Amino acid sequence: MSAPVGLATDLAAKPTWRAAKNTIMTCLMLGAFVLIAIPLVAVLWSLISRGAAVAFHGFPDFFTRTIPVVSRRAGPGMGPAILGTLLCTGGATLIAVPLGVLGAIYLNEYGAGSKFARIVRFMAMVMTGVPSIVMGLFVYVMWTMRFGYSAFGGALALACLMLPIVIQATEQMLRLVPNHLREASAALGATKSRTILTVVVPAALPGIVSGALLAVARAAGETAPLLFTVGAATAYNPHLFSEANTALSVQIFGNATSSFDAAQERAWGAALTLVLLTFVVTMVARVVTGRFALKR
Amino acid sequence: MATEHPASIEAKDKPRTRSLSHAPIPEIRPSMVEVLMNAEVVFEISNLDVYYGAYKAVRGVNLAIRKNQITAFIGPSGCGKTTVLRCLNRMNDLIAGARIEGKVHYHGVDLYGADVSPTVVRRRIGMVFQKPNPFPKSIYDNIAFGPRVNGITDRRKLDEIVEKSLRSAALWDEVKDRLKSSALGMSGGQQQRLCIARTIAVEPDVVLMDEPCSALDPIATARIEELMRELKSKYTIVIVTHNMQQAARVSDFTAFFTAEVDESGQRYGQLVEYDMTGKIFSNPKDQRTENYITGRFG
Amino acid sequence: MVATREIDLSGTGGRGDRTFRWLVIGAAALVLVILGLVAVTMTGRMGPVFDRMGLDFFTSKRWSPADRFFGALPFLWGTLYTALIALVLAVPVSFGVALFVTQVATPRIRKPMIYVLDMLAVVPSVVFGLWGVLVLAGPIQHAYEHIHDAVDGIPILQSIFGGTPQGRSFMTAGVILAIMITPIITSLAREVIETTPPSDKEAAYALGATRWEMIGAAVWPHSKAGLVGATMLGLGRAMGETIAAALVIGASNGQVTLNAFAPGNSMPAVIANEWGEADDLHKSAMIGLAVTLFVITIVVNLVASAIVQRSMQRGRGKP
Repeated sequence: MSAPVGLATDLAAKPTWRAAKNTIMTCLMLGAFVLIAIPLVAVLWSLISRGAAVAFHGFPDFFTRTIPVVSRRAGPGMGPAILGTLLCTGGATLIAVPLGVLGAIYLNEYGAGSKFARIVRFMAMVMTGVPSIVMGLFVYVMWTMRFGYSAFGGALALACLMLPIVIQATEQMLRLVPNHLREASAALGATKSRTILTVVVPAALPGIVSGALLAVARAAGETAPLLFTVGAATAYNPHLFSEANTALSVQIFGNATSSFDAAQERAWGAALTLVLLTFVVTMVARVVTGRFALKR
Repeated sequence: MATEHPASIEAKDKPRTRSLSHAPIPEIRPSMVEVLMNAEVVFEISNLDVYYGAYKAVRGVNLAIRKNQITAFIGPSGCGKTTVLRCLNRMNDLIAGARIEGKVHYHGVDLYGADVSPTVVRRRIGMVFQKPNPFPKSIYDNIAFGPRVNGITDRRKLDEIVEKSLRSAALWDEVKDRLKSSALGMSGGQQQRLCIARTIAVEPDVVLMDEPCSALDPIATARIEELMRELKSKYTIVIVTHNMQQAARVSDFTAFFTAEVDESGQRYGQLVEYDMTGKIFSNPKDQRTENYITGRFG
Repeated sequence: MVATREIDLSGTGGRGDRTFRWLVIGAAALVLVILGLVAVTMTGRMGPVFDRMGLDFFTSKRWSPADRFFGALPFLWGTLYTALIALVLAVPVSFGVALFVTQVATPRIRKPMIYVLDMLAVVPSVVFGLWGVLVLAGPIQHAYEHIHDAVDGIPILQSIFGGTPQGRSFMTAGVILAIMITPIITSLAREVIETTPPSDKEAAYALGATRWEMIGAAVWPHSKAGLVGATMLGLGRAMGETIAAALVIGASNGQVTLNAFAPGNSMPAVIANEWGEADDLHKSAMIGLAVTLFVITIVVNLVASAIVQRSMQRGRGKP
């Protein structure tokens, strides 16, 4: 039996207003993506075109020389700022990651259902929303006012920002560890702490590491918390606890509004350095998740 | 039909056809009875009730588990077999709201006494679970986990223990060249034998098994049953199983549990009958036991 | 015959286990301790300026450290206005991108798109600020000038776009903030959209709907609430963003105006810009601003989270 007459034409796609609207909307959605990709490209372009020249000119001067005290003076470097960023971020990591992991262990392994755990979990969420400038001022009041500017102050402020992020990410990872592993360990006579430290945490480790790295990348780029705690040194200061220090983000902020071209150039170089640093850390974090972590 | 040992029945009766009428029943000889009944009692369970919160899930269990014998818990789903098993190594402690009334005596000592530590209990009474649960570590580290928990750190001693346990679990030849590879790369049957090896690496007194073969294919199952018979000489074994034929093949004593409903409509588990396996399968005392056993062959 | 022998089942290793338990409880409690300290110390330091200004702190338009008079209204306005501009710009773009990535893009395009969004999220805010003030401010001022001329004479638009165009102004700050909050809103919107039950989408298609119609019929009703939540989360983030705003907002005090092209200031920006040379009372005033900002962002974030949570649960079929 042959098909009804005209079926082929009936079923063919027709140019209608509905079809056109669909196409327009699809184009608009794609356009939205293009719109948001443009600033990314523009920023990266500026970073590379303006920053690379400064940062890699006479390599490795920019990364090792001290910051010119007179900002009008042209030339490198940002060495002290790089050291400062490493000190502050490294210090913050050493404080926030162990404490955050331990806190998350409490929330997932000991606290399930308890009211205290629910309050802590809620407050950790609140803490992630605290503006970074508030944390900076807080550490100013608690530490800088008493002990002066130092890299440690910066590390404290960054640690306050990192802590809730590490807690949330770690708790998620611990939750993914299947319960039968805990049972197997308990059945072999391991105490709870032993089970957690030798079975649960190792199983969740890649995810925990990746979460911590993302928190580190975030902290490295922060400016506001450091403005009030670290100071504005121009020379190298490897001491964690004494005397003002500086950091890449602080330098960028300070130099951005400078009227001197030389200072602005250094700002671009510092910006490129900072972006490279955060990108690398983020990439490592994604690789770790992709290849090793427990899947949802 | 008169045969000596369940294992040899198994070997002669393959392949099975659909029209089987009777599971092989271990014959009871008088000398065997004496050996069995004179074996030392390891667990004395008296009037055991198990509660989950306010819900009385298991009621009035009285049972004596004998040394170096295999005791099987059989019965339909939800009748409390696993619950009672988990009382024997205090694994129910891990479930919020779980508690017992009545007594569980282990070699005369009250297992739920005031200064008894559950972790020490579990080092003497090991457990193998339904679904193999090796740690995401190497084969070596899986077996070494228990000894390390017990404080053994000397490398050579650990090597010895690992080899001994793997040999006892009939796994050594298959994995001796890849001890450092991940345990997760093994087949299901191998993983379960690994879990058994891991459990006996701490040299427990008792090995509890919660449906150890239900996630495995028949060949892997047969190997594990063979393993159980070998392990019997060194350990006391209690096994929960859904598979009646397995209980008949492997165990010396069988406890039949069932689920009852009380006046208020609540389901609970109860021990119906407990005796030597041969008696349970050929001449059960309780009608419910008989129904369960014959129902399988209908 | 039951044999009894001496069996010792008493515990060992309990002490280490107990210590560990207290350790993790302490670590968890640290969150509460820090938040508590933040609340207490900051409100303590606010004291002086409130003694002096009372509620005028929030209502007065004049911020004059030299006269020791601190009215924060312009900064409240600045924070709100720039965040609003940022939302107006970011929300359509974010939703569009989220819809494209979840409904239109094939898996092969999706991956690089998400890559781009992730990279955008990783760039530190100070770098955006730097770019904004050194690269964007100039050209965008030209753009403003064109718009300014275009709206000449049109009533409402004139009050918004009619002022003297400045590169560093509310508008520019809004643009930079929009760029920064888009990845966040997009990511959350994606999650919300993905909880749309596939059966609803299939039902729409089975009735012959085009993709856009399906989005309207199946995706939108389910995601509406969650998208509102995502928007509010973006709002919270925009309000709290300090550095990028500080660099491009123009740092000019005292303006409470609809004029988007005018320079102004926001709460975090004024703190960042004026802290260096502030005396104690001035600092107290700025801490007051910080606390106000804290409270506002926390409230916005909490409401947003609650909305998002509830919408995602409903989307998954839970009551």
